[in-house]
Amino acid sequence: MAEEVELNPKQKKEIAKWFLLNSPAGEIQYVAKDLRLVLNDNEVYDEAVSESFPIYNKSHMICLQMPAGAGDVLVTSFGELGENEYLDPRTAQVAIVDHVKQVCTEVRPATDEELSSAYVEEFRSALDVEILKYAGEAYPKGVCSVYCTKGKEVEGPGFNFELVVVISACRLSPQNFCNGSWRSVWTIEFQDEAQVLEVKGKLQVGAHYFEEGNVQLDAKHECGDSTLFQSPDDSAISISNILRHHETEYLASLEDLRRKLPVTRTLFPWHNTSQFSLTREITKELGIGK
Amino acid sequence: MEAAMGLMRRMPPKHSETALSALLSLLPDHSSDLLSQVDQPLQVLFDEESGKEFILCEYNRDADSYRSPWSNKYHPPLEDALYPPAELRKLEIEANEVFAIYRDQYYEGGISSVYMWEDDNEGFVACFLIKKDGSKTAQGRRRHLEEGAWDAIHVIEVAPEEEGIARYCLTSTVMLSLTTDHESSGTFSLSGSIRRQMNMDLSVSEGHLCNMGKMIEEMEGKLRNSLDQVYFGKTKEMVCTLRPPSEVIMRLPDSTGL
Repeated sequence: MAEEVELNPKQKKEIAKWFLLNSPAGEIQYVAKDLRLVLNDNEVYDEAVSESFPIYNKSHMICLQMPAGAGDVLVTSFGELGENEYLDPRTAQVAIVDHVKQVCTEVRPATDEELSSAYVEEFRSALDVEILKYAGEAYPKGVCSVYCTKGKEVEGPGFNFELVVVISACRLSPQNFCNGSWRSVWTIEFQDEAQVLEVKGKLQVGAHYFEEGNVQLDAKHECGDSTLFQSPDDSAISISNILRHHETEYLASLEDLRRKLPVTRTLFPWHNTSQFSLTREITKELGIGK
Repeated sequence: MEAAMGLMRRMPPKHSETALSALLSLLPDHSSDLLSQVDQPLQVLFDEESGKEFILCEYNRDADSYRSPWSNKYHPPLEDALYPPAELRKLEIEANEVFAIYRDQYYEGGISSVYMWEDDNEGFVACFLIKKDGSKTAQGRRRHLEEGAWDAIHVIEVAPEEEGIARYCLTSTVMLSLTTDHESSGTFSLSGSIRRQMNMDLSVSEGHLCNMGKMIEEMEGKLRNSLDQVYFGKTKEMVCTLRPPSEVIMRLPDSTGL
């Protein structure tokens, strides 16, 4: 059912964006290269690329190095201050990034308005310390960050605020023809009146094997928990224990899903024709096997 | 074309139909190449005369009709269509019967078909296909929905070598799809395709069917093992390298006192 009509630029762009956005973790540059050849239309290609890369980068929460050893910054919607500006709360810096090249071009200090209030910052930084410890053990290739997504101006008790923990890890091994990624996003609502923390997690694992073909794994999981609203340090420990518990449990459950392929039994007796005739007769008799 | 195949190797397999039609619309001049090189899920038709389903592929197609291996008739009917010669048809019939039993033993269900035709060099080509569709185990249990599909295409070129020996070149393609949907908490999807080749020179004393069958069985076993060890194993390795299991981590006692 191939269409005889030539596609218009808008249609070509939508198709191009589809390919880019569906690239596996860490592979968008390779996809872009192939796409450029297939598309054979640089104007459409450039537009598609400039529109897709920011979306891809944020959804995959890519990690970029800030210049002059200033550390790493995660590109996420939670830290987005402007089209190309991303906050790194840990170092109170704002990274300016080039989405298409996937690099951080410069860094500037964050303004007070861009950062959380001192009160919220106590909770945020205590949690950041715990998550750094956890992620450091659990994800050797992982990068993490804690953002304040609601109530960053809250000055003291009496109001709610919300923190988000992001852990992003990517293992690229193109020479072994396989790439893998982990993303977890935990939203923690600090409910002042109920004195409770509502924790919601979204975990996503991905893998791509392309040695003899193309096999991809895509698994998502959502979970929730809650704990008491305590001091910044105690809350941080509570939260990181919840994360650790749920993430470990999820990974264990993934491994359980291995045993679904057809079972290998004793080898089939191809040479034994008499066995066939017999089986055939039995099969007909019992009416098995359509 | 190379770039197009590169894209197909990277797009999520569960969207391969969309990816293929996108490429077809971008590269209409390459449509026959694309269609022949990109693996697509197997489709079936029902042969009313024999009461059985049969699998469709390029090897039983003539114009827009497909030949059933059971009745040897084209659906929809076609005049002046191509048929395998009588001797080959006999082998084809036996292959279908035997392969159906093999398929049942390994897959406990599903559909199989075998098609044969002469090639130009005194030999012939046989195509063995299996379609095992998702085993949906959702009846009554709303919590888990599981689907597992396995489509296999084995094409064997058979050529006579010296006396009593034939060369068999097998190209196998397996497309698999495994998805689990935990209603409340998330989804798991592992899908894709692998292709591998195997060549063997074998004595024809036990017949072609025996040789071809053994090769296919060996190949399927190897692909299954690869999938299990390499792919599932690599997931574990990937996930573990991303994230070592907790047994390995020394954790301080929980100090929350909750």
